[in-house]
Amino acid sequence: MSKQQDRALLAIRDLQKHYEEPGGGRLTILDVPEFDVSRGEQVVLRGESGGGKTTLLHVISGIVHADSGSIELEGVDLMGFSEAKRDRIRATKMGYVFQTFNLLPAFTALENVRLGMSFAQGGLMGRGGSGGRSEQDRAKELMDRVGLSDRMHYLPSQLSVGQQQRVAVARSLVNRPILLLADEPTANVDPANQDRIVELIAQQCEQESVALLLVTHSDAVARRFSRVEQLSSINRALRPNPA
Amino acid sequence: MSLLSIALRNLRYRKLASFLTALSMALGVALVVLVLTVSGVIEKSLERTSNVGYNLIVGAKGSPLQLVFNTVFFLSQPVENVPYSYYMEYLPGDGRQKEYARLGGELKEPQRSGLYSFLMQGGFAIPLCMGDYVGEFRCIATTPDYFGLLKHGDRNDQEYRFERGRNFQDYSEEHGYFEAVVGSQVAASMGLSLGDEIFASHGAESGETHGQGFRVVGILEPTGNPNDRGAFVNIEGFYLLEGHVAPERDEESGLEKRGTAQGPERTGMLSRVRLPIDKREVTAILLKPNGFAAIGMEKQVNKTKFAQAVSPIGQIEGLLGVFVRPLRWALLALTSLVVIVSAISILVSIYNSMNERKKDIAVMRALGASRDHITAIILLESLLIALVGGFVGWFVGHALGPLSNPWTMPATGVKIDWMSFQSSWEWWIVPGLVLVGTLAGAIPAMAAYRTPVSRNL
Repeated sequence: MSKQQDRALLAIRDLQKHYEEPGGGRLTILDVPEFDVSRGEQVVLRGESGGGKTTLLHVISGIVHADSGSIELEGVDLMGFSEAKRDRIRATKMGYVFQTFNLLPAFTALENVRLGMSFAQGGLMGRGGSGGRSEQDRAKELMDRVGLSDRMHYLPSQLSVGQQQRVAVARSLVNRPILLLADEPTANVDPANQDRIVELIAQQCEQESVALLLVTHSDAVARRFSRVEQLSSINRALRPNPA
Repeated sequence: MSLLSIALRNLRYRKLASFLTALSMALGVALVVLVLTVSGVIEKSLERTSNVGYNLIVGAKGSPLQLVFNTVFFLSQPVENVPYSYYMEYLPGDGRQKEYARLGGELKEPQRSGLYSFLMQGGFAIPLCMGDYVGEFRCIATTPDYFGLLKHGDRNDQEYRFERGRNFQDYSEEHGYFEAVVGSQVAASMGLSLGDEIFASHGAESGETHGQGFRVVGILEPTGNPNDRGAFVNIEGFYLLEGHVAPERDEESGLEKRGTAQGPERTGMLSRVRLPIDKREVTAILLKPNGFAAIGMEKQVNKTKFAQAVSPIGQIEGLLGVFVRPLRWALLALTSLVVIVSAISILVSIYNSMNERKKDIAVMRALGASRDHITAIILLESLLIALVGGFVGWFVGHALGPLSNPWTMPATGVKIDWMSFQSSWEWWIVPGLVLVGTLAGAIPAMAAYRTPVSRNL
């Protein structure tokens, strides 16, 4: 491994994403010349809504395909990957915390966490009985660490907003990812719980040596972290067009 | 978690819809199984009934099927009669001469043997007179041979047995001419026990009731054939009833001569004088000829002007082929439509849930689920509904058969076992359900496959 790759876990170069506008013409959402995240590093991207934060995370996670440029994870460019391959990378190497938690209502808290592990394995049948024990243990351990060992068998609808987001954090880490993407994780959490959620995410990432890329519009959240990037400074699409 | 448990959780979450769609599938499959069972019962019942213990029925010319219906099943309208002397042509050996000696009356060439005697060696001919009713049941006048010589059962090896009492007798000082045996259903339905008198009504259920009754001396064990529904009376007594004297017939055409149905002078109903041969008629003759003589005999009889011989097995087989089996296919087609309708209800139910589940699908995709994973989960859901519903229906369909035994067995004589009438292609139900479940899940699964992720997160 080269020194460069060793340093940057995630390396983005000349990344561009456009959307077709209804009336014709193209709207550039992302134009990121260079952006790196190192192994285990915790980075906050601060920006107002509508600044392409979510799109950037979708592109990095492979949910959305970029138009040009490169996204290297551990030195491997994901741009040329098929959708199925990107799904696999997302399942095995990345964790995702959503703004709206997105717990599945049909599944208990513990099942939601285990659900995160269901797609990491290759086969269509997912993890069957044999992997079940260690999977169960890992899920329980995470539920314990987010302080919900007594709520494991509750349905999301039976949990408070703060508890739901803690389940979501546990779910995002269950596959031992190398990169955690957090999209406004505190936006729907009451102020009293915001700090605790951010603290939980930061702590857990540190404990599991997971790099964190957290996007937020909140200064209060940003203050917790040492590296804070303004989205406007890395995304040229947000700068006033010189022409 | 395996995809299967994910699919199960999703079904559990939409309990009511899952339950109702599985129920409709269960009903559909239960109907298919029931149709198979019922048509099996009908077919088996007909087949075992056609195992009558005789090969040919001889009766007046007319519809062969009607003759069989009337004689074997005690259904349909009574048919025309043939002269008793014609019946005597079938008596084996010197039966014809003996009968003449016994009964007397006018008979041409009384010293010769019957025309068919040589074909009947070792066999038998049993006369039946029908047309009267006992209550709602048919009254069959015959000789004691009916229960003495005929056998029944699937292999036609069981003798007729009496639950109570005994066979009626031709005549005795003690018992006279008027004895009767009734089938199990007749006894149960009319509340008859030994010693009771039954009265035949002339020509129809609503016909005039004869003043002379028959004493019930035997009640048959249930046989599962139409004899359960018959009231059997001694033919000798039957001939002594009012209106049972044969009219004279034109020798050429066999047509009745009006106003000739007059009996000889008799001193009273209980006269020991038997009705002479020339005043007697029979409705049907049950024949068991010698060996393979039946086929040749059938042709020979059918050449005569006024009589026909039919093979009950042939007629019943024809009935099965023309009527019962096509009907079964029609019913199967109908019930298969029910299964298709329930498959569509699975489709609609899952498809309708897709809207509210778009977000769930997007989340699962964001958690790393591939499009194939999502497709597989949706297909598993529809397969689970189809299979669970289908197996429940299959079970219910088969359970209803044995559960209905108390009602169907007396009527059909066929005992429905758990796995009875399971046709070999019933095994197609499982692959059929898999196919139906897959097809029903295919459209929602496609929708799930295409669900855009980023727009639904």
